Amino acid sequence: MSVAVSALLARRPARSRPARSESAVVRWLIIAAAMAFLTVFLVLPLFTVFAEAFSRGVWPYLAALTDPDALAAIRLTLVVAALSVAVNLVFGVIAAWAITRFEFPGKSLLTTLIDLPFSVSPVISGLVFVLLFGAQGYFGGFFQSHDIAIIFALPGIVLATLFVTFPFVARELIPLMQEQGIQEEEAAISLGASGLATFFRVTLPNVRWALLYGVLLCNARAMGEFGAVSVVSGHVRGETNTMPLHIEILYNEYHFMAAFAVASLLALLALVTLVAKTVLERRVGEDQ
Amino acid sequence: MSLDAGALPLQMGRQTSLAPAHRFRWHRPTVIPGFGITLGLTLTWLALIVLIPLGALFLKTAELSPAEFIAVITSNRVLNALKLSFGISLLAAFINLVFGALVVWALVRYDFPLRRLFDAIVDIPFALPTAVAGIALTALFADNSALGQLLAAVGIKVAYTPLGILVALVFIGLPFVVRTVQPVLADVEGELEDAAASLGANRWQIATRVILPAIFPAVLTGFALAFARGVGEYGSVIFIAGNMPNVSEIAPLLIVIKLEEFKYADATAIAVVMLVVSFAVLFLVDRLQRWSANRTGRA
Repeated sequence: MSVAVSALLARRPARSRPARSESAVVRWLIIAAAMAFLTVFLVLPLFTVFAEAFSRGVWPYLAALTDPDALAAIRLTLVVAALSVAVNLVFGVIAAWAITRFEFPGKSLLTTLIDLPFSVSPVISGLVFVLLFGAQGYFGGFFQSHDIAIIFALPGIVLATLFVTFPFVARELIPLMQEQGIQEEEAAISLGASGLATFFRVTLPNVRWALLYGVLLCNARAMGEFGAVSVVSGHVRGETNTMPLHIEILYNEYHFMAAFAVASLLALLALVTLVAKTVLERRVGEDQ
Repeated sequence: MSLDAGALPLQMGRQTSLAPAHRFRWHRPTVIPGFGITLGLTLTWLALIVLIPLGALFLKTAELSPAEFIAVITSNRVLNALKLSFGISLLAAFINLVFGALVVWALVRYDFPLRRLFDAIVDIPFALPTAVAGIALTALFADNSALGQLLAAVGIKVAYTPLGILVALVFIGLPFVVRTVQPVLADVEGELEDAAASLGANRWQIATRVILPAIFPAVLTGFALAFARGVGEYGSVIFIAGNMPNVSEIAPLLIVIKLEEFKYADATAIAVVMLVVSFAVLFLVDRLQRWSANRTGRA
C-alpha cells in the first residue's frame, strides 16, 4: 500500500508539487544569479580569448599563427602530447586491469597513489624533475657526463607532462571496469580465450567510450600544461617552448593579439573536449 | 558410479574459503590472467614517474637542518606568500561553495532555457589551459576593459591586485564544488521533502534542515578540493596577480623564483609545506567521504 503511494508520488512531475519547489520569483532569482555568475566567470573569459585573437581581423590572426616560433611551439606541443598520451594510455589500461580484475591487499592505497599527481601543484611537478635531473640534481651529473640533456630539453618536458597527466586514463577506466565486474572475462577465459584476446575482444569493447574520454582529457591537459612544463623547459624560443609557454612570452612582450591567437587554438581544443565529453558521458552511461 | 566424493569440496573451494590454504597468495584466486605482470608494470611505472620524483623532494628537504628549514619558511617573503596562497584559496573556495551551491541547485532542481548548455559550461575551467585562462581573465578585468572600467567606477580594482588572484582561483575552483555536489543533490529523495512539507515545514526549513544535511559531506568535499587546487594553482594566477613580493606573490610563483635564483633548498622547503598541507586536506576529504558513505549506507 505505502509502496504504491510513494510510486504514485514519484511518478508525478516535480514542478506540479508545491512542496518541492519555490515560488516562481525565488526560482527565477536563483536561476538568474547562478547563470550570471557562470556567465561572468566562465563564459566571458572564453569569449575574451576569441575576441582578442580576432581584434585586428583574420589576416593578422593567421600571420600570428604561422610565425615560425609559433609553428615550432605547436609542433613541440603535438609531439609532447602524442608521447605522453600514448604512454599514459598503455599504463592506464594496465593499471585498471590490475586494480579491477584482482583482489589484493593495498588496492585502495594503490588507487590513491595513482591519483596523487592531481593533488600536486604543477610547479612542484616540474620542480621534482629539476631535483632529479637538473645540473645539481641527483642524477644530473650522470646524464651530463653522457651528454644527455633532460632538463631544458624534450625529455624533461615529456617527463613533467607524464607526471601531471598520469591519472587521467586510469581514473576513467577504474570505476567503470569495477562496476562491470569480471563475469564476461571469466566466461571468455573458461571458454579457452587467451588473456590478450579476452582483453581486446571482451574488455576493450565494453570500456571503449570511457577509454576515449580518458584519452581526450589526458590530451587536453598534456597540450595545455603550463606550470610543470614552465619549470623544466628553459623557455628557448623555437626549441623548448610549448604553446602555453609561447603564449606567456608573447603576452609578456606585449604582443597581446598574437598571444591570444595562439591561445585561441588551445581554447578551441578545450571546446572540442567539452563537446566530446558531453557526447561521451552519455555513451559511458549506456555502457554501465 | 565414479563420483569422487573428494572432488566436490575442492571445486567449491574456488569460490568459498573451504579450500585448504595450502599456499600463500597475494591475491584472491581467479581464472583471469595477468596479475603479476600488470601489477608489476603498474608499480614500476608508478614508482618511476610519481613516487621517486616526489621522494626526491623530501630527500632534498632532508638536507636542510630543522633550524634551516624553519628559517626558510618563516622568512618574511615566504611567510607572506604562503599566507596569501592559503588565505585567498580559502576565500575563493568559500565563494565557490556559495555560488557553486546556487549553480547546482538551479541545474538540478529547475528547468530553464539553455540549462544543458550551462551545465556543460561548468567544466570550462577543467578543459581550458591555465595560461589561457590567466591571460583571458587579465584582459577581461584589466583597467581598460569594459568590465574593468565598470568596476573602477565603483572603486574596485581587480587586475594586478590580490583581488585578481581571488578571481582566478574562483574561476579554477568552481567545477570542483559543482561536480561534487551535483550528483548528491540529484540523489536526495523527494519523499523526505514531501514528508517535511506535510509536517508543516516551509521551503527554507526544508532546504536548511532536510536537504543541507544530506548534501553537506559533498559540499565540504567540493570545498576542500577547490581549496587544495587553489593553493597549488599557478598558470591562471600569475598573469592577473601583479606579483608584487609580500603583496600579491603566491607561493608557487615564489618556488619558480627561488629556482631561477638556484636556491633549490628554499624552493623545496616551500614545496614541502604546500604538499603536506594539500595531502592533509585530501586525507581529511577521504575520511569524510568514508564516514558519510558508512552513515548513509552508500558506497
